[in-house]
Amino acid sequence: MKYYDYPKLFVLALPVAIFFVTFFIVPMIQLVIIGGSGEIGESSYLSIINKPRHFESLLATLILSIAVTITALIISTATGLFLVRNIFPGREILLSILTFPLAFPGVVIGFLIIMLAGRQGLIGWITKALYGDKIVFAYSMLGLFFGYLYFSIPRVILTIMAAAEKLDKSLEEAAKSLGASPYRIIMDIIIPALKPGLIASGAICFATSMGAFGTAFTLATNIDVLPMTIYTEFTLNANIAGAASLSIVLGLVTWVALFIARSLSGQTVAVSG
Amino acid sequence: MEKGTTSINLINCGKTFKDGTRALEEINLNIKGGETIVLLGPSGCGKTTLLRIIAGLEEPDYSGQIVFNNENVTKLQIEKRNVGMVFQSYALFPNMNVKENIGYGLKVRKIDKNKIEDRVSEMLNMMHIDELSSRKIDQLSGGQRQRVALARAIAVRPRVLLLDEPLTALDAILRDRLRVEIDSLLRSLGITTIYVTHDQSEAMALGDRIVVMSNGQISQIGTPRNIYYNPENEFVADFIGTVNRISGNNLKNLTSFEGQELLFRPEDIDIVEKKYSHLTGVVKASFFLGEKTRLIVNYNSTEQISVEGKFKEEYKIGSEIFLKINLDTLIQLPN
Amino acid sequence: MDKKPIFFIQLFFTLLVCSFLVIPVFLSALAGVTQNFFVGIKSGFTIRWIVEVLNLYTDTIYLSLLIAITCLLLTLIIGIPAAYVLARVGGRISRIIEETIVLPIAVPGLAIALALIIIYGGFRDFRTSWYFILVGHVLYTLPFMVRSVLAVLSSFNFNELEEGAASLGASFWTRFITIVLPNAKSGILAGSLMVFTLSIGEFNLTWMLHTPMTKTLPVGLADSYASMRLEVASAYTLIFFIMIIPLLLGMQLLSKDKI
Repeated sequence: MKYYDYPKLFVLALPVAIFFVTFFIVPMIQLVIIGGSGEIGESSYLSIINKPRHFESLLATLILSIAVTITALIISTATGLFLVRNIFPGREILLSILTFPLAFPGVVIGFLIIMLAGRQGLIGWITKALYGDKIVFAYSMLGLFFGYLYFSIPRVILTIMAAAEKLDKSLEEAAKSLGASPYRIIMDIIIPALKPGLIASGAICFATSMGAFGTAFTLATNIDVLPMTIYTEFTLNANIAGAASLSIVLGLVTWVALFIARSLSGQTVAVSG
Repeated sequence: MEKGTTSINLINCGKTFKDGTRALEEINLNIKGGETIVLLGPSGCGKTTLLRIIAGLEEPDYSGQIVFNNENVTKLQIEKRNVGMVFQSYALFPNMNVKENIGYGLKVRKIDKNKIEDRVSEMLNMMHIDELSSRKIDQLSGGQRQRVALARAIAVRPRVLLLDEPLTALDAILRDRLRVEIDSLLRSLGITTIYVTHDQSEAMALGDRIVVMSNGQISQIGTPRNIYYNPENEFVADFIGTVNRISGNNLKNLTSFEGQELLFRPEDIDIVEKKYSHLTGVVKASFFLGEKTRLIVNYNSTEQISVEGKFKEEYKIGSEIFLKINLDTLIQLPN
Repeated sequence: MDKKPIFFIQLFFTLLVCSFLVIPVFLSALAGVTQNFFVGIKSGFTIRWIVEVLNLYTDTIYLSLLIAITCLLLTLIIGIPAAYVLARVGGRISRIIEETIVLPIAVPGLAIALALIIIYGGFRDFRTSWYFILVGHVLYTLPFMVRSVLAVLSSFNFNELEEGAASLGASFWTRFITIVLPNAKSGILAGSLMVFTLSIGEFNLTWMLHTPMTKTLPVGLADSYASMRLEVASAYTLIFFIMIIPLLLGMQLLSKDKI
């Protein structure tokens, strides 16, 4: 039966093939080529290491992304495990709250951080009332950090909870019967069992943070994460080749991270922000 | 119900899959119109592949031909072959209820809506599932699904009915009950039927003829009695029922069988007094199965045979018993 | 039931995290309806900011909805058949094609937008129309539709159902419409919600692809954050929340049904 259907399958695959080749494959190939042209030829790709501004930008983005990933993993594991293992009234609501920011665009999250820690922000208001001095950190790396955390926690927590549900309780019970303390159980049994889920969601979190644009855009002052650098290269400096090569590098890093995530978890999560 | 019946002829049908697996050697098979043929064999013997080739879900290798009556259907797609098929896991459509499932084949043939309703009611009645007509598929039990699958396959008045291990997924009691129902159904319908199973009691109960298969080849074709009493090779002898093997040298009062091996069924050896016996043995294990008792008996300290019958006495383990073989029912393998 | 102290510690921590996520949302909603946020609630509630937003930005709302609906239609038409082909063909080649389709998620929106501008920016009519933005949105949301439908197709043995339908005489297209599509409904619905929501909130691509004539809601939001007073920006954000939160709730409900 299978081979009779091949021509019809071909027809069904045609729309996606045409659309994809026209609007993605061809443009991206062109982008890679252009990234290699530019003032100094292929070494436009090396500019990421040569030009200090580019390199600092890459470094800043990497550090930020790693910091956010680790923090998000810790917070999400703690809250995720708690919610998976305990049933109490209101649990559903907490779960909803923890996952609804999933589709918020980065610009909005940036704005929410401003509401929290900007010049008219809540934290500034509280600290002014308590200490007379207004603390404003929205426009610094710290603000960016919290903004990234805001969209990372929902992503990570869903994957962690899915993994936590599959944990084999009998392993923990066996450890308990052998005298292990709760701390030991977490370190020796739970975390190792969650490892694939942790790696997968960590990779997603890292990829999202690396490519996040909207949040930095709204909170922008002197912060230079890589997406912002790409943006300024293109719009302010008209350095198409530079912007292209940086984009490709960023794309590769993100793709590798997501590839790791997907081969360990088999899900697709939005990278937006 | 059916005016004429369809005979099936398979000529040189072999099957090698794309990954190189040789599922079926060249098979030649003639099936008479209205017959119920059972393809019987262990997993991997090729019976399901053969069924799917007859259905049109697989194509036989190059020289294979399939003929329905006088029509060569080898190149005909399953959609046009007009066969009714019951799959092992029933393949009922979850998005439709029972009524819609049964009527699907008729709807596809663009038959008039009223006629469809009539035919569906007829099927529901025949399968004794009238009350299920509006149920969703996931609300049905295993036995009910089976009946819906049958009803759906028969509703289109196929010229051939193909059943792929339809009872395997059910528990023993249900299986027995449904076996009886299917048997009377097939008899009343009179459609040419091909039934695949690995269960020999099912095969014996339902088949007009049984095709015993092994390793992609036909081992023997015959009626149930034929296969049981006259197996033509080792495989069939071993696969159908149990077969005891004894060297003639171990038997007393029986010089004519010196140097030969005797094959016989466990029910064809009796417990007698010592003076009439061919063999002395010690009871190793005893299983009371209700309608009969099965004894595992040791002779020559290490050899074993199986003895079955309705024994009033309870033979304790370790006790000595005297056995006589019924020489009329010895199994002779042609050599 | 007795709750150990560790339960309450964890609960407190969880509540803390939830507050971090929820409080700014409430604040921004509040600011959107307050006369003067600097002064606080004392200054009274008003809808003048919302009215002002509607005066300034209604066309962004319409455009975002238009693009989202069209994007959904296109992903349905392109993505459902694509998912079916992938499910039928299976094997390594199907996996490779799946990886390719998912690429637009891995590549940052900036890069995709850049690439599109470089190649097609020259076609002025195309460049300055909302179709240009639409292309970006479809590229970005298509993987979600494909993945979602592919997931549901893998969850039931549609191959055997198709064989059953074929044995009853149903042709390829009949089987596709009467058997495959109805049983893939849950995946199509989940994918649709996801596509629609993502399109409404898409910024990374849209910012690069837009022109002053083709501004979407998120683009308008970025504008207002930069140039409008806090209350107006908050009111605009409030409108966005009102549009998007029902969609998010819908998605949560759908995924709960599956468990």
